[in-house]
Amino acid sequence: MEITTRDLITVIHGMGLGALFMLAFSAAIAGIYRISAPGASTSMSAREQTVLQLALAAMVILAWLTVFSGAYIVYPWYRAVPPAGVTDLADYPRRLLLSNNKTSEWHNVGMEWKEHVAWLAPIAITMVAYVISKYGRAITQHPKMRAAVLTFALAAFAATGAAGAFGAFLNKYAPVRGGDTIILMQGEK
Amino acid sequence: MTASQIQNTAAIPNGPGAAAILAGGIGCGVMGLMAFSADASAALGKAMNIYNPTGALSGVTTVTIVVWLVVWFFLGRAWANKTVDIGKVNLVSFALLAVGFLLTFPPFMDLLQGK
Repeated sequence: MEITTRDLITVIHGMGLGALFMLAFSAAIAGIYRISAPGASTSMSAREQTVLQLALAAMVILAWLTVFSGAYIVYPWYRAVPPAGVTDLADYPRRLLLSNNKTSEWHNVGMEWKEHVAWLAPIAITMVAYVISKYGRAITQHPKMRAAVLTFALAAFAATGAAGAFGAFLNKYAPVRGGDTIILMQGEK
Repeated sequence: MTASQIQNTAAIPNGPGAAAILAGGIGCGVMGLMAFSADASAALGKAMNIYNPTGALSGVTTVTIVVWLVVWFFLGRAWANKTVDIGKVNLVSFALLAVGFLLTFPPFMDLLQGK
């Protein structure tokens, strides 16, 4: 069982950082709703509020690590230009997709949207984490601020979902490959 | 958070939160505008290429982050102790958030450019 370094880093970008960020959303949305619901019969304890703030801070870090690792590590591999005369485009995912009109839109629509829309998520979730941390339970006195926080949290979820879904499809049709081979486990045969 | 801390946060005006919300909306809107402009203008696209392996995306996102943080800093200072019309802030922020989504969506970009 082996994996290349580029495969591994792409997995860390998508599954290790991006997917973890997505998984945290359901708990975060529930926490934000609970801390900010004006009619809540039981308010969050101080400990629960601290846990929510820490979870949101972790989401902020995950979101920024995801977009920076994507843009500055994985994306350059994806858009690498093959040297003149190269006909096997397996190591040049962008060129591979664009070489066939059955796959070109995965780049023209999928990657072009993914590479930009993903950046809305860290901006939005940073704002959400700041406001929740700043106001805590007092946000119930500002219902319109609560609406904005929930809207931006859902927007961050949508942006991450779009970027993540296209990332999964792109990696299916034109995976980022190459680099050193890491042997994870030796088979018997 | 202690009971006294909760009372203290209850006294915070909406200005700091509104500043963060509006700055967030502006950040998302700028992301859309920059992505669209760099796609529509070859000259701007070239100017945004500040790190060649990443291409124009490097400049587009750098400009977006700088604008977002600078706006947040100045709005945060200006509204630190103020109560502002959060309804208007939300309206503008939601519109800019929609701009961010639409202007990064390639079919919509192409539609605006008549492609």
